[in-house]
Amino acid sequence: MRAALHLAILLLLPPLLPGIVNRVKAAFAGRRGPPVLQLYFDLWKLVRKGAVYSTATTWIFRAGPVVTVAALLVAGLLLPFGGGLPGPAAFAGDVVLFAYLLGAGRFATVLAALDTGSSFEGMGASREVTFAALAEPALFLSIAGLALARGTLSWTTMLSGQMPAWHSFGPAFAMLIGALFLVALAENSRIPFDDPNTHLELTMVHEVMVLDHSGPDFAFILYGASIKLFLLGAIVVRLALPFAASIPAHVALFLAGMIVFAVIVGVVESTFARLRMNRIPQILVAAGVFAALAMAVILIRVNG
Amino acid sequence: MSNGSALSSGRQADHAWLANGTALSLDALATRPLHELLDAAIRAREQQKRLIALFPFCDGSGDRLLMVAADAASARLSATSFDLAGAPGWPSITPVWPEAHLFEREIHERWGLVPEGHPWLKAVRGHRELEATPVSPAHPFLRAEGEGIHEVAVGPIHAGIIEPGHFRFQCFGEEVLHLEIQLGYQQRGAEQILEQAAPARRLAVAESIAGDTAVGHALTYCMALEGLSGTRAPLRAHAIRGIALELERMANHVGDLGALCNDVGYLPGAAYFGRLRGDFLNLLTEISGNRYGRSLVVPGGVRFDVTPALQARILETIEADERDLRDTFKLAINTPSVLSRFEGTGSISRQTAVELGFVGPTARACGISRDVRTDHPSGVFQFTHVPVAVAEDGDVMARANVRWLEVTRSLRFVREQVSRLPEGAVRVPMSPLAPSSMTTSLVEGWRGQIAHVVLTDDSGRVARHKVIDPSFHNWLALALAVRGAQISDFPLCNKSFNLSYAGHDL
Repeated sequence: MRAALHLAILLLLPPLLPGIVNRVKAAFAGRRGPPVLQLYFDLWKLVRKGAVYSTATTWIFRAGPVVTVAALLVAGLLLPFGGGLPGPAAFAGDVVLFAYLLGAGRFATVLAALDTGSSFEGMGASREVTFAALAEPALFLSIAGLALARGTLSWTTMLSGQMPAWHSFGPAFAMLIGALFLVALAENSRIPFDDPNTHLELTMVHEVMVLDHSGPDFAFILYGASIKLFLLGAIVVRLALPFAASIPAHVALFLAGMIVFAVIVGVVESTFARLRMNRIPQILVAAGVFAALAMAVILIRVNG
Repeated sequence: MSNGSALSSGRQADHAWLANGTALSLDALATRPLHELLDAAIRAREQQKRLIALFPFCDGSGDRLLMVAADAASARLSATSFDLAGAPGWPSITPVWPEAHLFEREIHERWGLVPEGHPWLKAVRGHRELEATPVSPAHPFLRAEGEGIHEVAVGPIHAGIIEPGHFRFQCFGEEVLHLEIQLGYQQRGAEQILEQAAPARRLAVAESIAGDTAVGHALTYCMALEGLSGTRAPLRAHAIRGIALELERMANHVGDLGALCNDVGYLPGAAYFGRLRGDFLNLLTEISGNRYGRSLVVPGGVRFDVTPALQARILETIEADERDLRDTFKLAINTPSVLSRFEGTGSISRQTAVELGFVGPTARACGISRDVRTDHPSGVFQFTHVPVAVAEDGDVMARANVRWLEVTRSLRFVREQVSRLPEGAVRVPMSPLAPSSMTTSLVEGWRGQIAHVVLTDDSGRVARHKVIDPSFHNWLALALAVRGAQISDFPLCNKSFNLSYAGHDL
């Protein structure tokens, strides 16, 4: 039952988040904006379309979107959604698999981009990998901090039940949330790291890698991007909502938290300009420093 | 004047003077031997003149090369012609007067004459870069080589709805070593149409030279014809033309400020400036029936009057807009993330801008006080002074600041003009064009100086119509601005200039 609910949330709800983000941005710009369900309409439209493949591409190009979505869905099975829905495939040490599944998804997208032989996509791939390499330490240090605080290496136990950690590790957890929020923005190519709405190839990071995908392949890309936003958002939201309750109440609370997360992403995108490309590493390193500091604080508390 | 001694020694004057938009009989136009061209160029540069036009023409007595230069200090233009006398070329003047580089390239491309010693005699608009001609070697794209150096080619088909142009970047990682811009995809033969089409059609062609500068080009065109025919447009028409020109300037500057915000992903700036741009276009619609002010300016005046009801509406709109514009500009400029993108991006030095003869906000953002409305005033600007907006740094921020200052000053200008429009007619009939004459008309369009040089034949028909859009001067500024910059900052730099492809290609 719980597994079915978990799976339903994982499969069906992610495309809602970009819709909420876009509505918030539209409100800031004084527009009404597209329907909240726009991404569902787009996906439905795209899967019914044909795909165009360049003669320069190979099976790697076609495999890219599928592998990416598959990796993200498996990663989703490891993650608890709030305190009420444990990860159906959770096991001790799944945090490491989770991080590398994200990496594997990215690897497939990058390979597909390089497979086109386009200089744009090569440029985007190079940027994406550079920034991901800098975001990864922040993610791993955050995980290490959490693991120390909860004494476990599984997302489900790490994020389950009451979170007594808030009483003893409050400041450290606040820093962890900050670091993970930055990682979530960077990994999902949101402002201030990347502009998901730009049409300017030369400035793009993630978007330029998927320029050659069309039809169902592009639907998979968009779907995958929304899942990634949902997964990283789920970690941030669970950390920020530490208390436990009965399952229906907690699931409702978690989903409300996800909506608030999307709104905050929208507010950030509406009030910040994106960073100059050579400033991005600084911010990502700063996120890593936050996470390291949080880990140090937790380490001292745990040992003392 | 130094001319005195030249005259007393029996020599003809070096050049004829004329004011912006006045006619000069071709008889009064001095003809010098071709070998004096280099000397003339050196002297013009020493006197800090700017090259307005350089092109060959043919009158009854043979082929001549016409050089029009502007002297801002005396608010006059000087015209000299050089007798080509069947010569295949001349020693290039570009090495001594760099701002002539594109003019000489254009002459080489279109008329096959060879400015010998020109450093980069590549076709301006054609795409024959790989073909060597008997007189010119092949000019492939400059190419950097070495480990880690890669080439990025963008266009001519772009992702957005913009005009076609090809950009070839030589990059080292994210850093741009060199950018070469290849244009010419929009070449329509505008000058030839202006010379050959039915006279009634020519105004529409002039308005289409650069679609976002319809008022500017129409005004320059009409000034040239009025100068040649000795027609004086009524005062009220001059005022309405000025209002339309400034509305066009505000619409484009405000739109570009929004586009700059959009390019750095700053949503509120993009949205609010975008709405305000619409207000200025709507005012143009109310005056002329067209969002870009087409068919408003006609030879002899303007086609539509501004009624008292419309006067009140314009005042009301710009008052509300001024408040909103100030708030939006403050909001954007007080956002650190926006500032960090604008400041220090795409810098051009003052010296580069002077040497290469950049015009408009591009030049003014480099600290050069250069504005046709002040330097060579015509029409309503002879009676009202619009202060020149200058910034120092030559970067994206400076260009944004110059555009913003110009918006505020144009607002003040429009308010003044609308609240006290001169009485009277708005259009007078045109007299026929004077035969065997030439004129040069200059207008400060929103991108900078627009120049039309028109020559008539002995029956009073247009024989040559040369158009120089500000973009012709300024594209090189973009190529230089991104040198050493991040390739990801290119779109931002590009938008800070927002040059016209069609205006360049003609």
